[in-house]
Amino acid sequence: MTKAAYRDHLGRPIVAVTGMGVITSLGQGLKDNWTALVGGVSGIHGITRFPVDGLNTRISGTVDFIELPVENPVERSYAYARETADEALAQAGLSGDFGGPLFLAAPPIEPDWRDRFALADRAPPSQRPGDAYDRFLAVLREKAEPALHEAWAFGAISERLADRFGTRGLPVTLSTACASGATAIQLGVEAIRQGRTDRALTIGTDGSVTAEALIRFALLSALSTQNDPPTRASKPFSKDRDGFVIAEGAATLVLESLESAVARGAKVLGILKGCGEKADHFHRTRSSPDGGPAIATIRAALEDAGIDESGIGYINAHGTSTPENDKMEYLSMSTVFGDTLANIPVSSNKSMIGHTLTAAGAVEAVFSIQTMLTGTLPPTINYANPDPAIVLDVVPNVKRDARVSAVLSNSFGFGGQNASLVMTAEPA
Amino acid sequence: MAKANNDVVITGVGIVTCQGVGAAAHVEILGGAGAPALKIETERFAPYPVHPMPEIDWNQQIPKRGDQRQMENWQRLGVFTAGLALDDAGFKDDADACGTMDMIVAAGGGERDIAVDSLIVDEGLKRNDRERLLNEKLTTELRPTLFLAQLSNLLAGNISIVHKVTGSSRTFMGEEAAGISAIETAFHRIRSGQSTHTLVGSALVAERQDVILLYEAIGAHATGGWTPLWSRDEKAGGGIVTGTAAAFLVLESRAHAEARGARIYATIDAIGGDRGPRDEGRLEARLERLAEGAAAGAGTVVFSGASGQHGPTAREKAWLDTRFAGSPVRGFSAVTGQALEAQFPLGLAIAALTLGAGVKVAPFDAAAEAAMTAAAKSAVVTTVGHGRGEGVAILSAEK
Repeated sequence: MTKAAYRDHLGRPIVAVTGMGVITSLGQGLKDNWTALVGGVSGIHGITRFPVDGLNTRISGTVDFIELPVENPVERSYAYARETADEALAQAGLSGDFGGPLFLAAPPIEPDWRDRFALADRAPPSQRPGDAYDRFLAVLREKAEPALHEAWAFGAISERLADRFGTRGLPVTLSTACASGATAIQLGVEAIRQGRTDRALTIGTDGSVTAEALIRFALLSALSTQNDPPTRASKPFSKDRDGFVIAEGAATLVLESLESAVARGAKVLGILKGCGEKADHFHRTRSSPDGGPAIATIRAALEDAGIDESGIGYINAHGTSTPENDKMEYLSMSTVFGDTLANIPVSSNKSMIGHTLTAAGAVEAVFSIQTMLTGTLPPTINYANPDPAIVLDVVPNVKRDARVSAVLSNSFGFGGQNASLVMTAEPA
Repeated sequence: MAKANNDVVITGVGIVTCQGVGAAAHVEILGGAGAPALKIETERFAPYPVHPMPEIDWNQQIPKRGDQRQMENWQRLGVFTAGLALDDAGFKDDADACGTMDMIVAAGGGERDIAVDSLIVDEGLKRNDRERLLNEKLTTELRPTLFLAQLSNLLAGNISIVHKVTGSSRTFMGEEAAGISAIETAFHRIRSGQSTHTLVGSALVAERQDVILLYEAIGAHATGGWTPLWSRDEKAGGGIVTGTAAAFLVLESRAHAEARGARIYATIDAIGGDRGPRDEGRLEARLERLAEGAAAGAGTVVFSGASGQHGPTAREKAWLDTRFAGSPVRGFSAVTGQALEAQFPLGLAIAALTLGAGVKVAPFDAAAEAAMTAAAKSAVVTTVGHGRGEGVAILSAEK
């Protein structure tokens, strides 16, 4: 290839994906996940990790098969990230120090209740209402507990990953709510385009399903309460959808400049062609009624990728199964793609794996690339009662064979966060 | 250094510390004849001394009461200070500029409801079905809005809502390193043409037991009364005195700033961060590498973000004394307290104001810091994280 073949339409280094790893409630590893996903299998199940007595939502897509040294969301989030990074680096054929930056999308984890109870057990008795933290502090003054610092510090997960994989410089730990996974990838793409590095390790992970997390989302009326059967609760774009199903998972993508990937003989799995983002100032949890920011985000991703609407063959939707998201996502897609949207298949992985929150953008990017690699579109399951206001080809209930060369993946989140990625199969 | 269109320049400074509110107030303090007066709170969080929040009229930057009510003090402080930076840069009511402005916020988490947490652990002491207790109490006692007030990315979200900054919105987490990475990322995006103007910064409310708890897990917070930064009492806790503080910067490419005739405080010439084990001189070796290219001597002032923590603070001081021999050093935590995620942005804000106003900053600790004989031409900002992570920025004055 000539040098020009390694540059995109704006003269920037083309960014290739050379390794992928994934964990969801469907299983560990891309192979098992993909088999289940195209088989229309749901990973959603009743929660057993903690009691659900008295809770309106009693289901989730937790990952319950990874061994942990200690049960807490930090250990979980770290373990999922580690496992998927191992898988992705093996696929990329990279061993030893990674030598590029780490961009980690990780959940903003509150200290675990077990730690508070344990401190309270050791603390002097209460002197007045509301003095628990005085007592916690007294315990820690007596004897510091570095393990607690690592459980509470937001930088702890990326620290361990940086050591394990030998990444370079300060790792970035980020949160853009439900767009986090996509933002991690975007940061990796930007770093390679800046010429600061030939490769970047981008990870989204979320092992934060706890009683408190579940209850907090429930208090915002964001979760489905259709507990029975759990596998039917997540029904994106259906008329009777009533909220998302909280879930866990992780995904890693090894990003490399195409030039360096080709130079070392790596297999190119796909191209990270474009990224777009636009923040919304309308409301803390709701998006602008005109869909303006989501529309601008999709358009920005297409423009960054240097392709127009007609170039997109499949959309991996955010598709959370909340009444609000699916309506607004449809509005934004139909505005951008117009009449041609009817001809673009749009499916939601969340119908099967639930909403993996911080990890979602990365998990769904992996599945988007796998869609192109295999020529199979994963379905949107539980699509029995279409929302008449949302006219989409959602690849209903059953997978479909289709060759796709460019995919759009959307991620939208609380706090006005919007990010979209365009991935292509071939170096354009 | 020759000027270039893609230089990263600082054109807006929003700053709040225990010393006061806003750029002008801080220029006055930095240019004062002596060290700023000590502002310390030793009673409310005893035995922990913290530098308190100054008096703030939230209405000046968060006009809607409804918006104020949706936040707790951490988000309020950040949104308020971001507004100061936009005002200072002349972008406040420029809808087009804010609508295309990128944003990176370094964030921790918001305030927990200490009363509810206390209620639950106290009840838990009497029961052996604690998980069921949690479900009962959290379902009935938690305020839905508090979740949003706690979410890390909702500081940026509220800045979008209140100030209409919507070009992009990214939140970095991870203590001091988050503040370093936020500015480093903004710097490289502007340098490479990926952004023309970016709002970047952070806020910390230190007057929170849930924040002090993080430091105390490794015994890092000072106890008792305040003692000077460079000679903290080894017998009174771990040495760090935290401070409520916030700093936001408007960074622009020189081309973007000059096209609109913006006032330029300073140029960021270089910035970098790193991490790793600190034993056997590794900390010093990393700082040495991060400071490559920085001139030492009377023309360079060093704003050290040394936290006061026993160990790293003395090592940083020893390294500065060698690497920046002849440069006046100002340990700003002595005046503001240590501000965790906001520490590095705070150091850059202080450096930008100092270079922009051309003031000579009197020693913050006369026993350990030399006088400035002339206004500085360049500034170096350091931050050594209390648990991990280090960052260095090198800035130069405009003239």
